Amino acid sequence: MSLHATTSQTVGPYLHIGLTWLIIEDLASARVAGERVSIEGRVIDGDGKPVNDAAVEIWQADSRGRYGTKSFRGFGRSATDANGVFRFRTIKPGSVPGPGGVVQAPHIGVNVFMRGQLKQLVSRIYFPGEPSNAKDPVLSLVPAERRATLIAKEAAGKPGTLGWNVILQGRDETVFFDC
Amino acid sequence: MAEITSYRRPVPGTQPDYLFPPYASTVKRAPTKPLVRLPHTQTELTGPVFGYGEVKRGDHDLTKQHAGDPIGERIILSGRVLDENGRPVPNTLVEIWQANSAGRYPHRVDQHDAPTDPNFTGCGRALTDKRGHYRFVTIKPGEYPWRNHYNAWRPAHVHFSLFGQAFAQRLVTQMYFPGDPLLAEDPMFNCVPDERARNRLISALDWETTIPEVALGYRFDIVLRGPEETPMEGGKGRAR
Repeated sequence: MSLHATTSQTVGPYLHIGLTWLIIEDLASARVAGERVSIEGRVIDGDGKPVNDAAVEIWQADSRGRYGTKSFRGFGRSATDANGVFRFRTIKPGSVPGPGGVVQAPHIGVNVFMRGQLKQLVSRIYFPGEPSNAKDPVLSLVPAERRATLIAKEAAGKPGTLGWNVILQGRDETVFFDC
Repeated sequence: MAEITSYRRPVPGTQPDYLFPPYASTVKRAPTKPLVRLPHTQTELTGPVFGYGEVKRGDHDLTKQHAGDPIGERIILSGRVLDENGRPVPNTLVEIWQANSAGRYPHRVDQHDAPTDPNFTGCGRALTDKRGHYRFVTIKPGEYPWRNHYNAWRPAHVHFSLFGQAFAQRLVTQMYFPGDPLLAEDPMFNCVPDERARNRLISALDWETTIPEVALGYRFDIVLRGPEETPMEGGKGRAR
């Protein structure tokens, strides 16, 4: 039997009613091993205005590159505030296997949902100063001049915090994937 | 079972594009640069698991979340979650949210001049059983105006959010009701060219789940992307 996947529809402006019961901005309890990292960013629309009604979900491996372990599920959900800001506190994931036996650099999968989008945006967060970024099989599919949009940056004046923004349109538009 | 190496890409015409000007808010929010096609890796082929620690008994009944009964027509909303290969998706989280029977959300952004209902929040969740079934008890949501265009009204709908078993299966959609005359005018409902795909967003009146003298049943089956199946050498299938 072959069916067709149900058509996606927007989360709309009232997403908070259905989704905020499961806000998870702290992904790792104290006993989870790994390098602690805070990730903070903004969602910005085509007019340069903050998007205050987005939900950002992340999916990541643990520090050894394993998905969905008993002690670390690896799922997070944040809703943007009035300034379009979302935030997570988590651990840096390890490298995970990629296609054809090539190792993928540490990264976090991202789904972004908002009014004005009929289906979610898919992106990835990579880590700065990571030598394996140079050989990552997914980053290498991205035009070189746009790769930086997928790599988080050390946030100025906030040690231990990485900045990664979702720019919906324009010159610095974030790379989004056809997943 | 064979290892899953990728999920199917959508059948043309069945999934919306990001830019769809009849839905005005897409214009400033749709990506303008080409998407990069993502090969499915372990990141996309795995996904979070949720359990009964999070989904509590009674979370599926939106009519019993407050001291009194909500105003409106009580309904049973149920269906199955399947993948494109027709296999049930068991133990997966289904989240729903909706307006009250007057077409009003208890949300700061909703300024529609219709009454809120102290006995209705409009939020529920459930896990599918081992055969992919889910079931909610709720009330029929009302239609409401929005500012997309002059005299714009949303058809009655319930928002659904599903995880499936992999990041690549994540789906957010809306379910509509049969015979709603507003569907023909709704830009969201009409966001894809394939008429059959649109019609699959409409639930069906369901006598099997209707409870006599209590509540009408509506059935809404949801299909998530299915794993790509590699035909087996010497398998039973007809040659292609």
